[in-house]
Amino acid sequence: MPVLARELELTGIPTVTVTMVPFIAERFRLSRIIGVQFPFGHAFGMPDDPAMQRTVSEAAIDLLANATEPETRVDVEIEWPIDDKTAYRDWQPTEPSPSVKYNKERRKRIEEQRPAT
Amino acid sequence: MTVDSFKYLPHSFRAGFEQVEFQHDEPVWSPLEHAIEDSTIALLTSAGIYVKGEQQPFDLDTERANPTWGDPTYRVIPRDLEQDHVGVAHLHINTRDIERDINVALPLRAFAELEAEGRIGRLAEDHYSFMGYQDSRLADWRTTQIPEVANRLKQSGVSALVLAPA
Repeated sequence: MPVLARELELTGIPTVTVTMVPFIAERFRLSRIIGVQFPFGHAFGMPDDPAMQRTVSEAAIDLLANATEPETRVDVEIEWPIDDKTAYRDWQPTEPSPSVKYNKERRKRIEEQRPAT
Repeated sequence: MTVDSFKYLPHSFRAGFEQVEFQHDEPVWSPLEHAIEDSTIALLTSAGIYVKGEQQPFDLDTERANPTWGDPTYRVIPRDLEQDHVGVAHLHINTRDIERDINVALPLRAFAELEAEGRIGRLAEDHYSFMGYQDSRLADWRTTQIPEVANRLKQSGVSALVLAPA
């Protein structure tokens, strides 16, 4: 996603990126960044919570309206209303993604090939 | 509060993410040309949303067969998409909440309200959905999909874009 934001901004379209990982958005040196401490898949908040979704949406347009220089970051002051352990478990896919599965199997192969000490 | 970027990240990813260095020498910047109240806003998500019954889902079978591949195409999502027609194809997140309420990833309702209240000039008719997992197909994005989307945005008079990764 930071690639999309960066490349589209380079075509002359102002962007604001709402992200759960503002650290990476900063590393790509994006123009305007809204940080949210939400589980993945939920950039604008909880399902069926229009007030929370509205707060994040307003933060995005306020930053578009007010930022005067690139790499401006604003973090939204909302705590996720579900306990950390449940939220961490619930955002993840029901089965590991192909890349996660692939990396796990690769690590296993490397471990198996390592000579015993 | 300062957002902890790693709070919900899979534990095995953390070390790799923390080591990501600056990727570019310069930031990007395009100024907003008009007041926000006069601007047309479009939304873009990488949550793999598509219009069920009208559009092909993102290609998950090829990704399953080749884990470093991600479908680089995009879908155009109309602003009046009804929840019954929301499809989600993404292997890296649990899609349940978006299937229940698209607004968690693509906040069409909130932006329609902001339009009705005059806080923004207009919510665009068309919005954009990618499937965010891209490893080996970023070149396709740069040469094909991104120029296409940029052209569509400009043709439809969009002043600014709100992006949200999944």
